This record gives sequence, structure tokens and C-alpha cells, in this order.
Amino acid sequence: MTGPVATTITTTINGAEHRIDRADGRMLLDVLRDDLGLTGAKYGCGMAQCGACTVLVDGRPARACVLRTGRVAGRNITTLEGLAEPDGRLHPVQQAFLECEGAQCGYCLNGMVMTTLALLADTPAPTEAEIRDALRHNLCRCGTHTEIIASARRAAELMGDRNA
Amino acid sequence: MTEQFKMDAPATDRRLDGMAQGLVGAPLDRPEGPLKVSGTATYADEYRLENLAHGMLVRAPGNSGRVRLANRDAVAAMPGVLAVIHDPRLLRNPAQGTANKAPVQDANEAHYLGQPVALVVAESFEHARHAAHALKIELEGGTPRPVDPETAAIEPQSSKGLDQGDLDRAMTEAVHAVDVTYRTPSHSSAPMEPHASIAQWDGENLTLRGSYQMLKYNRNELADALGIHPDRVRILAPYVGGGFGSKLGLAPEAVAAAIAAKETGRPVSVALTRPQVFETTMRRSETRQRIRLAADAEGRLAGIGQAALVSNLPGEVFAEPVLQATHFLYAGENRRLSLDLARVHRLCAGSVRAPGEAVGITVLECAMDELAEAAGIDPVELRRRNIPEKDPESGKEFSSRRFREALDSGAEAFGWSDRPATRSRREGEWWIGYGMASAARVNVLMESRARVTLAPDGSAKVETDMTDIGTGTYAILGQIAGEMLGLPRDRVEVVLGDTDLPPASGSGGSWGAASSGTSVYVACQAIRAQLAERLGVAETELTLKDGQAVFDNRTETLAEILKGDEIAKEGHVLPGDTSKAVRQATFGAYFVEVAVNGVTGETRVRRMHGSFAAGRILNAKTARSQCLGGMIFGIGMALTEELAFDDRDGHVANHNLAEYHIPVNADVPQITVELLEERDDWASPLQAKGIGELGICGAAGAIVNAIHNATGVRVRDFPATLDKVIAGL
Ligand code: FES
Ligand code: FES
Repeated sequence: MTGPVATTITTTINGAEHRIDRADGRMLLDVLRDDLGLTGAKYGCGMAQCGACTVLVDGRPARACVLRTGRVAGRNITTLEGLAEPDGRLHPVQQAFLECEGAQCGYCLNGMVMTTLALLADTPAPTEAEIRDALRHNLCRCGTHTEIIASARRAAELMGDRNA
Repeated sequence: MTEQFKMDAPATDRRLDGMAQGLVGAPLDRPEGPLKVSGTATYADEYRLENLAHGMLVRAPGNSGRVRLANRDAVAAMPGVLAVIHDPRLLRNPAQGTANKAPVQDANEAHYLGQPVALVVAESFEHARHAAHALKIELEGGTPRPVDPETAAIEPQSSKGLDQGDLDRAMTEAVHAVDVTYRTPSHSSAPMEPHASIAQWDGENLTLRGSYQMLKYNRNELADALGIHPDRVRILAPYVGGGFGSKLGLAPEAVAAAIAAKETGRPVSVALTRPQVFETTMRRSETRQRIRLAADAEGRLAGIGQAALVSNLPGEVFAEPVLQATHFLYAGENRRLSLDLARVHRLCAGSVRAPGEAVGITVLECAMDELAEAAGIDPVELRRRNIPEKDPESGKEFSSRRFREALDSGAEAFGWSDRPATRSRREGEWWIGYGMASAARVNVLMESRARVTLAPDGSAKVETDMTDIGTGTYAILGQIAGEMLGLPRDRVEVVLGDTDLPPASGSGGSWGAASSGTSVYVACQAIRAQLAERLGVAETELTLKDGQAVFDNRTETLAEILKGDEIAKEGHVLPGDTSKAVRQATFGAYFVEVAVNGVTGETRVRRMHGSFAAGRILNAKTARSQCLGGMIFGIGMALTEELAFDDRDGHVANHNLAEYHIPVNADVPQITVELLEERDDWASPLQAKGIGELGICGAAGAIVNAIHNATGVRVRDFPATLDKVIAGL
């Protein structure tokens, strides 16, 4: 492992352009949380095993805990904080997780919401099997699985309403 | 003004049933949901304080010897490094739940591989991690130490055991006898939020933002570890990303952060990495359990034996309380229960969700399934026949026990009557089977305090250092206050997780909701009394609803009654005589359908049902989630979870989530939960008992029993991984 190296990149996070110093040798998750105060994405394992740190990079779910910040130069990053409307109105996927009680402790929630969002972008009306498949690598220790699947199903409905 | 209430007599008045607001029991959403879903609920390591430095713990590379930091100066000189801390106050073991004082502290001598012995503090997390990797720890003069419970020195725990009647004789005279030995491996709580602490000093006063379950105890543990007065310590934990026992007692990162912050004069964050969570926080002890059951021709038990072996580090008093619910679940005059503790140099053993019953009842329920098979009796019927009239050891009455109803109602809901004969139903490659098990967990009320303030505008605020670790505390405390004071839920604010507030029971042992809930209830009772006094009516004549008081055919708003005053009361509940007068426990039953692949031995849980009775349910939604969570823990226990220890030095070989397998969506089927209506007057004035752990207390047994029904294979060595199943197919 090497220590931090002074490299500067620019990237777009939740619609705003950011200049990030010391980009190399640092993971995107640490930059988001430590430098930018965007703590929606969580550290759960640091080894791409749990999904708590999920963000979207150009719309695709990515595990920020293993994503070297240098790799996201010029990309478009969306975090949980970027989902709600400017007036604070929740995104339909967030709304769905709220309605269906898709969190107990709430620590896995970021990953569940972001992964569901990415799923629905590709597959607006997923089957239950497709939902389970999309979320199969997101861990939850509280055992909220049943409510999380219900939340994802509800999210598809709400997104459908919005797009109708 | 503090209102004290001691639980000395059954609360037969059932006041909550007579209240008008209709909040208690309702399936209301968590009020903190919007914060969680938007990423603005602040967990421990989410305060970016000015000038924050980062610390990384460094572990002992072996389980014996004097610790030497071989290249301390070189590491201290690395870029960004602020300090290398090797302080005798660092915790050797995490504190056990409710310890209330510092656990063993020793950074100079290694006792288990993974023990934190140093902390590297640096400008950034990356600098700290880099330097921590570079720090060389050497152990001098170590000797080989026992790491295997099967060969280690044993300390019998005779106070936990019992020898009643003559079990040997009962076994000889039994028509149907079962004598089997099961093994369960060590488990990790593995909460999704790793332990993390941010320490900040203001002069001699310490503020710690941590991820903890029991702040009143944690504060004393931290103060004791640092050698300062508890008044100088404040702990904040408004949101906790799961605990499951691992955050009951103080863990090493908190003390390390506090020492580092003092030494550097800066706030310091110490967050455990996932491997560190596996290596330095509590494990559930592995168990070896010999179960003996002696029954007559009808399956009525004449004797029960459970002889368990568990382990812990030398000096630790915690011994997985395997026998806890075996003492009272089933009848049988001849009973021999014993618990042995092996001393091994593996990481510290302590509480993991439902210590005792999670493994003790699971194994007992597997043995009961074996008895049902031997006696040719339906497993549900076997349980029904062995429900004791009173506590079979003490002769005490049960406080409330809808165990039979849970068995019957669960069997009905699941469709148990359609259970196939052993190894008889096949769908393609898959063998299909049903299994069931009983659930039981002891119930406890703990001391707890909360302050409730009714503001002049008729809104209320509940304040206590109680935690919400995902359990639903924010929801239920607001519901209780709203119910008692006649306020809609959104007129009650709940503030938690701050040791500056009245000290609560903490979250653990399933006692949090009933204990902290009672303290809120008691405070609200006192407020009601004062309102009644102002109106000149008896408190019992007062109906409070939607911010209004109705009495003597009159109606006044709370604001009118308060006339600009506020009423603040502290409720203080203490356990009392009812904890000894009767046997208090929660009960239930699990039903499971599995499919076992005849070629690979792989088990899929197809559906699962649980019926539970735990006194009054305070919030049907959060209670259900807790039960589901417990049952899903049970799926992990049954099929995948096992901490693997190295034979040579006892280290955790699978210290990450890719190798320690907790259940994922692909493992979790359709699960249904039924909460039976019950009131337990002896448990609390809310008539509520604990529910946070009941869902795991036997669940894994139902799954393993279903595997047997499907395939005829008995797996007596948890988890039932495919290699063990296929060996018998
Ligand atoms: S923290 Fe990134 S996957 Fe676990
Ligand atoms: S809700 Fe706690 S980890 Fe998923």
C-alpha cells in the first residue's frame, strides 16, 4: 500500500463540479465522507462485500470503498444526498423505503436505495426475482430483508406513477 | 421532580387499555425514518469536527508474550503521523454488557491474536492506516497457550446448573430416550456499522460520539478506564447502526480515541475496520451440548438433561448462559443441567443477540425433534404435551404464557398438517421438508429513567439517554407519551442517546422497550396527576385526547389548563418483587419449509412463519421487524454462520463478510409473523415484555429439523452446510 499522493482531479458530484486534491491512493468513500461531509454512503466493510457505500457513477452502482478517487475524474457521481428535490421533497425511491419501513438501524439503507435506483433505471417494472437479484450483494444485519424487498417493489410503483 | 415506581405488584389496572389516543400498539412509522432515508441521521463517525485527527488500532500478532513496538520512532516520523500510542489504559478486552466499570486493560501483554495494543494517530485516515500497517509489533517470551475448548482447562459453573431427581434412572426407565450431542460454532454480531468513536476534550471534560447500546454503563466504563470522574464524561449516540450485543459494553476504540485526543490536543476519530470488528469485539461462544430426554410412551418427559461446554478468555466471568430457558420450558421431574467454561485464548466471548437461548433452545429443540421421531409423535403435539403447569424447578407460576396458543396458531397459519413423512416429498432435484421449534426467552425489567416535559402549547418532549439501535425506541417512547397525554404522535418529540439526559436501561437483553417505556409511562402518570389537580378531578376521571382534556362533561385544551406553565416530570422505574414472585418469559413457535438439493446438499429456506407472545405489543410494525430480524439471524445460524479459529494461535480465520456469511436476500424467503394478543401484568405497568431477541431463540432449530424431515439427515454440528447434509444423503 502506498500513502496519499498529491494528484488533483475534477469530478461532478450531485450536479456540482468538485476539485479533489490528494486524489490518488484514496478511496472515493473517504473523500466523500471526510472531505465533503457527504455521509449518506457508509463504511461497512471496505472490501466491496456489503454495499453500504454504494454511489452511482454515471448512473451505475459502484462501491465507493474500493473505488480509487483518481478513477472518477470527469465522471458524474450521485450520492444519497443528491436524490431529493431542492425543496427537500424525497425521491420516489426514498419515499418507498420510508413508507415500507425499509430500515431498522438504517445503516444498510444507502446501499439499498442506490442499488434500487440503478435497477429501476434499467428495469422500470422488475419482478421480485429481479429485485432480489439486484440486491443480492447488499448486506443487512438487522434482518430487514422482507421490508427492503417490499420497499423496492413500492419504489417501482412510485417511479411508474411519476413517469406516467 | 422524580416520580419513582417499583415493580412490586402486578399492574392489573391496565391503564393503557383505557387511554383514548389510540397510539400504543399501532403500526406507526419510525419518526426518524426521513433522516435515515436522506442520509442525515448522524451515526458515530459522521461528525467532521474541526481539526479532526484519525487513529488506527494495531493488533497483537499472537496470543502470548510481552508487547514491543519494534520501530516506534520510525513510524512516529512518518508523514502525517501525530502520535504512536502504547498506553497501559488501552482495553485488552471489550466490556461485558452492564459491566459498569472498566474491563481488563493491558497493552503490554498479548492474550489473544487481534488484541489492540497500540494506536497510530495521524492527520488523515489514510496516513493513519498507512503508518499502522508499518508499525511492527513483536512479542517477547511468549509460551504456547490453549485455544481449543475441547482440550483446555475447565471451570464448572455450578451456580448455573441444577441436579433435581435422578436423571440417570429416568433415562433407564424411559420408553423413549434421546441422548445426543450437538455443536454450535462461535458467532459474530457483525452489525453493519462498525464500532467507531470520536473523542473530544474541552479542558478536563470529555465528549465521546460513539456507537453504543447502553450509555449509562458505557459512561462509567469509559471514566473508569481513563481514571476520571464520570461527571467529566458525556457520550452521544443518537443513531446506532445495529449492535446485537457487540456494543453493550465499551470497546477498545473508545478508550483509544479518548487517550489520543488528550495527547494530541485534537478531536480524534477511531473507527474499527471490518476485520477489527471480527477480531476485537465480542464473539458468541461456541457450544458443545449433550441433551438427554427421557419420555414415557406418550412422549411425556420424565427427565431433561443439558450439559454444555462454552469458552472464554481466562478471567472473564461471562459464560454463554445456554441453560437459561431450559430451566422452565418443558416439564420433567428429573433434571440435570450443567455448564462448563473452558479457558481459551480466543477473542473475548460475550453477548450476541439472545445470549443463552439462541443456542441453548435451538439445540434443545433439535433434540425434541429427535424425540418426536423416536416416539412417533407429531413435533407440535410433543411440545403441547410437555408444557409444564408451573415452573418445573421453582414451582412458581408463569406471569403470562401463550405458548400453547403460539404452537397451535402457528401450525394453523403455516399449514403444518400438510407436513410430509420423513424423506418422502420430492420436486425434481429437491427434497422438501417441514420443521418446527419452540421459542422461549427470559424477560427482565431494568432500572430506567426518562424526563417528560409538557410545554405550555400542549406539545411534549421525552428525554432519556436510552438508545435506538434500530429497535424502534424513537417510535415507541413517543407513542407511550402521546397515549398517556392525549397527543397526536407528531406533537411528541423524542430525544435519545445523550448521557446528559436521565439514564435509561439501555438497549439489550430485550429489556429496553419495556424498561424505558415504563419510565416514560411513570413520568406521564405524574403529569396527568398534576393536570387533574389543576382541574380538581380525579386523575382516573380524566380523558386526554388530541390535546384536549375531557372531564365532567367539559372539555378544555391542554394549553388552557397549563396557563403558560410547563410540567416536567422524571419517571424512574425499578424492578421489584414481581421479578422473583413469578417466572417471566416470552414464548413462541417457528415453522419452516425447506428444499434440500439432492445432488448438492444445498438448503433453501422456502418459507418461514413465527407466532410470538410477548405481552402487550407497543408498535406492531417495529415489533414485527424485530421478530423478522431475529428469524433471519436464525437462518444464518442454521445454514452459514461460523467464526473459524486457527488451531495454532486461535485467531479468527474468516474476519470479513465474504467469509463470514450473514443471510442475504437470496437466503431470505417469504417470512410471516403473528403477534399474539397478550397482557403481562407482572412484567411492567405497560403489560409489555421484551421482543428484540425472541425471534432467534430456536429459529435455527426449526430449519435443521426441516432438513431432517426433507432428507432424513440429522445435522448435529451447526451450521448445516451442504457438505454435512450431502454426507448423509
Ligand atoms: S463498505 Fe463498500 S462494500 Fe462494504
Ligand atoms: S437496517 Fe440495519 S443493517 Fe439493514
